[in-house]
Amino acid sequence: MIGAISAQTLVDAVGQGAIYALMAVGIGLVFGVLRLVNFAYGQLIMAGAYALAFASQHDWPVWAGIVLCFAVVLALSALMELAVFRPLRTQSPAVMLVTTFAVAFLLQAAALLIDVNDGTLGETATSIASLNQAITIWGVDVRKITLVAIVVAAITLALLALLLGRTSLGLQLRAASSDFHTARLLGVRAGLVIGAAVLLAGLLAATVAVMLTVQNPFVQYDFALKETIVVLVGVVVGGIDRLWTATLGGFLIGFASGVINGALPTDKTVFLPSVLFALVIVVLLARPAGLFTRSGTSLVERV
Amino acid sequence: MSRAALTQLAGPVALVVATGVVGSFTSRATEIYFLSALISVAIVVSVYVFVGNSGVLSFGQISFVALGAFFAGVMTIPLESKQGVLPDLYPVLRDHTVGDLASLVGAAIVGAVFALAVGLPLMRLSGLAAGIATFAVLEITHNLLREWTKIGPGATTLSLVPETTGLLRATLGTLVVVAVALAYQRSRFGRTLRATREDPLAAQAVGINVHRQRLWAFALSGALGGLAGALYVHMLGSITADQVYLELTFLSLAMLVVGGTTSLLGAVVGALAISGLDSFLSEAEQGVTLAGGTLDLPQGARLVIVGVVMAAMLILRPSGLTGGREVGLGWLRRQGRNA
Repeated sequence: MIGAISAQTLVDAVGQGAIYALMAVGIGLVFGVLRLVNFAYGQLIMAGAYALAFASQHDWPVWAGIVLCFAVVLALSALMELAVFRPLRTQSPAVMLVTTFAVAFLLQAAALLIDVNDGTLGETATSIASLNQAITIWGVDVRKITLVAIVVAAITLALLALLLGRTSLGLQLRAASSDFHTARLLGVRAGLVIGAAVLLAGLLAATVAVMLTVQNPFVQYDFALKETIVVLVGVVVGGIDRLWTATLGGFLIGFASGVINGALPTDKTVFLPSVLFALVIVVLLARPAGLFTRSGTSLVERV
Repeated sequence: MSRAALTQLAGPVALVVATGVVGSFTSRATEIYFLSALISVAIVVSVYVFVGNSGVLSFGQISFVALGAFFAGVMTIPLESKQGVLPDLYPVLRDHTVGDLASLVGAAIVGAVFALAVGLPLMRLSGLAAGIATFAVLEITHNLLREWTKIGPGATTLSLVPETTGLLRATLGTLVVVAVALAYQRSRFGRTLRATREDPLAAQAVGINVHRQRLWAFALSGALGGLAGALYVHMLGSITADQVYLELTFLSLAMLVVGGTTSLLGAVVGALAISGLDSFLSEAEQGVTLAGGTLDLPQGARLVIVGVVMAAMLILRPSGLTGGREVGLGWLRRQGRNA
């Protein structure tokens, strides 16, 4: 089995895992402070991709497109926090999750409205596609974006680790994640930590938007939807209560699907989703709090 | 049935019957809106029976609807055409055809058996783990229905299904679903499950087996979901696996929460409100005359408005339109005293 997996497949799988890990961090950060699973995270990425397509179609330089992408995603994140997360902060997790469905539905519908009214289904962002070219290292074709993804993910995760571990803001974020009420009693300002988490998640979403658009420059209303769902599964399987277990879960599910898709021929993979999701069920039954969570440290229990 | 039960049943039943009756006075072209509103009610109530009563968020309920729809569809395609369009089926499915009433009952049984089998391990989970595990069930069901040509049409459309769900049958079928849901929630089992929703630890402390109670509700909601799916496929006449998948899952959960997750009335009101709005807007995209002026929305505006309304309702009234309460005699008396 291992023999059938080429170095090529492994490199691509690591690249995919890196992107999924960044998305997992974005989802995990917000979950930490708000106890909210943001299903609309994928639509932030989609909005960024539309911004890139817009810039490309108006012949903007690449850097301007990327700036626009970050601006759009950050603005939308801030809007989401003010208009959706803030009023719902005290509601049950189910209500919050279903509200983010509605927001995701709304943003997709808005994208579809753009698509329908300009006469073409989907937009293309060709100007940044040059990053998708391959260079050959030791006989392995590595697309530049794969290298960029791996390097960016490594740097981002390192910076984030520094931020969380070495700064006052990071300490407050970690405190709020482990016990929001006590943290507030000790002087952590709720608005500050939530705002910081939402904006950090937005930065990550914009980064992911750039990388996914390079890989797939054809932008449609359901851009990044499938990826978000897979990452959400990975995050819960890894253990959503802690950031590093969530990130590891995201990386692993990206890496695993990359390896399996690369190693098996297409006609053998039609029932692959069933096998993967059956595995997900088995893992959740064995370890409901997450694969990498130490037993006995979590409140999640079976009945 | 007690008087209290009858009055609680009155609201949902009146709404369902009104939808059917009003629909019967409209033209053929608009009748379809009322039909799909009724089917939405059946689907959302089937979701409510588990999610509303147990408080466990499940994304897997639509897999029962999908299974019911495909079972009823495959079993009612006329024999002479079935061998031609679905040659790969298992012989037992290929060489037998049942009447459409039998297919409704069969779909309910298939849904219940599947839910029972899946729920046996899964009902031990709570919270997010339960959400993702039930979502995995939806993915597996969709994957199998889409790819496995021995049990269904595979990636192609399942067509030639007799279109037997008219307004009368949709109304009666939805009434059955509503009545069963109310009978369950007022029974000993329903009340026990609602107790575990309010406080799982206290419920266990008084000797309630949470796993078993959730399992009964899951199986019942599988039966109702299968029935709703069968009504649905007999309304459409053809179906693909993608029509009973993610979008329907999110939409029916949103309808439930908009109406009010913890009451049957909420499930009915939410389904009717959102599908009514959706129908009105799809007419408006063609242009309607309203209060003297003409309303003509651009193509695609319908989904945006539905999204805005759903999000706004959830943000402004998170407990739902009904506040999650039933309207019964006691409620009416209290309102009378306060007035």
